[in-house]
Amino acid sequence: MINRLVIENLKHRRLRTMLSALSIGFQVTMILAVVGLSRGMLQDSQNRARGAGADIFVKPPAASAISLGGANMPEKMIEAFFIRQPRVVRAAGTLVQPIGGISTVTGVQFDDFAAMSGIRFLEGGRFKDKFDVVIDEYYAEQNMKEVGHTVRFLNTDWRVTGIIEAGKLARIIAPLATLQEITSNTGKISQVLLKLDDSKATPAVITALKNTPGLEGYSIYSVEEFVSMFSIDNVPGLKAFIYVIIGLSIVIGFLVVWLTMYTTVLERTREIGILKALGASPADIVNILLRETLVLALVGWAAGIGLSYAANAAINTLVKASLQSVIVYDWWPIVAAIAIFASLLGATWPGLRAARQDAIEALAYE
Amino acid sequence: MNNPIIEISGLEKIYRVGDVEVPALRGVDLTVGRGEFLSVVGPSGSGKSTLFHIVGGLTSPSSGAVIVDGRDMANLTDIERTRLRRGKVGFIFQKYNLLPTLTAMDNILMARHFSGANGQPLSEQFNDLLKLLGIQHRLHHKPRALSGGEQQRVAIARALVNHPAILLADEPTGNLDTQNSDRVLSILRDLNQRLGQTILMITHNPEAAAYGHRTVTMRDGRLREE
Repeated sequence: MINRLVIENLKHRRLRTMLSALSIGFQVTMILAVVGLSRGMLQDSQNRARGAGADIFVKPPAASAISLGGANMPEKMIEAFFIRQPRVVRAAGTLVQPIGGISTVTGVQFDDFAAMSGIRFLEGGRFKDKFDVVIDEYYAEQNMKEVGHTVRFLNTDWRVTGIIEAGKLARIIAPLATLQEITSNTGKISQVLLKLDDSKATPAVITALKNTPGLEGYSIYSVEEFVSMFSIDNVPGLKAFIYVIIGLSIVIGFLVVWLTMYTTVLERTREIGILKALGASPADIVNILLRETLVLALVGWAAGIGLSYAANAAINTLVKASLQSVIVYDWWPIVAAIAIFASLLGATWPGLRAARQDAIEALAYE
Repeated sequence: MNNPIIEISGLEKIYRVGDVEVPALRGVDLTVGRGEFLSVVGPSGSGKSTLFHIVGGLTSPSSGAVIVDGRDMANLTDIERTRLRRGKVGFIFQKYNLLPTLTAMDNILMARHFSGANGQPLSEQFNDLLKLLGIQHRLHHKPRALSGGEQQRVAIARALVNHPAILLADEPTGNLDTQNSDRVLSILRDLNQRLGQTILMITHNPEAAAYGHRTVTMRDGRLREE
């Protein structure tokens, strides 16, 4: 009987119910989008790192595994050392340079890198001149670039000579020498990628490299170790950012439900009086309001999940070169708990106010 | 009076408005017999409604004794008064006070829910009552689809669904036209005569008051027998 009253009350004020649920939905979407984006971006980085085709990543001392830039390794080490190591069949140096936001351009020796990663051109081909670049399909689509078009970064105009399939380490690939020159990193690279004759030999080669005099302090990872570092824990500030978003969501959900339930209680003062005259106890009144809140929270949660699919599709369609998002199913129960917690918290004060309402005054309320 | 259902003696109720004390009842003595139909008349502000609210357990008296069906209302906590209200008292109001979001039937079942009889089938006697009230065909409508007379008859059904010891009717015909008033009053008298339902009815209307066995008048918080 109480459930019927709860549903009828919510149906009675459809617009308010929908708007409240939608507000809770946005709160849910906000969390799901932030977590989905964080995870999507990291997964995309992982996929691109795997797509490079290397078995081993070597980074210079003091370089963070997932840092966007920096070039502290002498390029000479490739010819002089890495390519001469047992089991190593290919070695490619890359220079990673941030070009604004979280976008980067990667400088490579095209032949070395193409042989390692197995680049496949969808359109056009490799760069020929100094200021030529190759872009991936996501970048091309998002920025509406085609072969022959010009892209501008690092205060330089670059001509697009080819569009490659996505997932090959970088979205924008430029000639290594040009990039070294215009970023004042002549002769330096950010990392070295090694390809072995058999990937099963990876642990043995890593051990050997780590024991090589002169490579102390260098970070040497297998590709799987390398991609495992792309986690929310390893990105400075990301976890704190997610916590801030969750905190904001709780506050917003709390305020929305407080306001909704407060106006509900005011509007239904007389009905609360009627219920009390019929024998409802203060606990019964609180129970009714909390059940209404629970329904709002659950409907909002479902709406939020729906909206998160929309946000996900929008991000992955419109800005897929800059941002990547995934659906985070494992967070559905977490956001449900957050939405319910914030909503029940918001309903507490209005609920108690209603429970304390004097029955006679409530019945006299116009 | 043999076997009284309500015994009130020395009843006082003082409301506090800011620092000012406003006496609503100034020493009321009243005994109502089981099965009696009592009309309470009096001008506005004379304390009629306050008397009803105390007998119905919606508020507590400031002093005096109020024994309803053997229970002294004066010394009950809020929770105990709520429990008492569930089983012993049915209310009918001038403005019907049906829950607007529920159908007539659900309004009736809601009263039953709070009495703890949720889910049990309605008694034969209650179904007869619905026939007497002439609302069986209107039970699945919401209050806004019912006329004032129908709403009040639904309210009567709701008040009686738990077979209360007393029925408190506060100006039950105040919002009704003559025809509907007569119908509601006839029903109340019928309930009293056929089922022995104890009824206390507040009214301004002397013709309505005449439906009761006895009329008492309230003035300035005191009671006077007609």
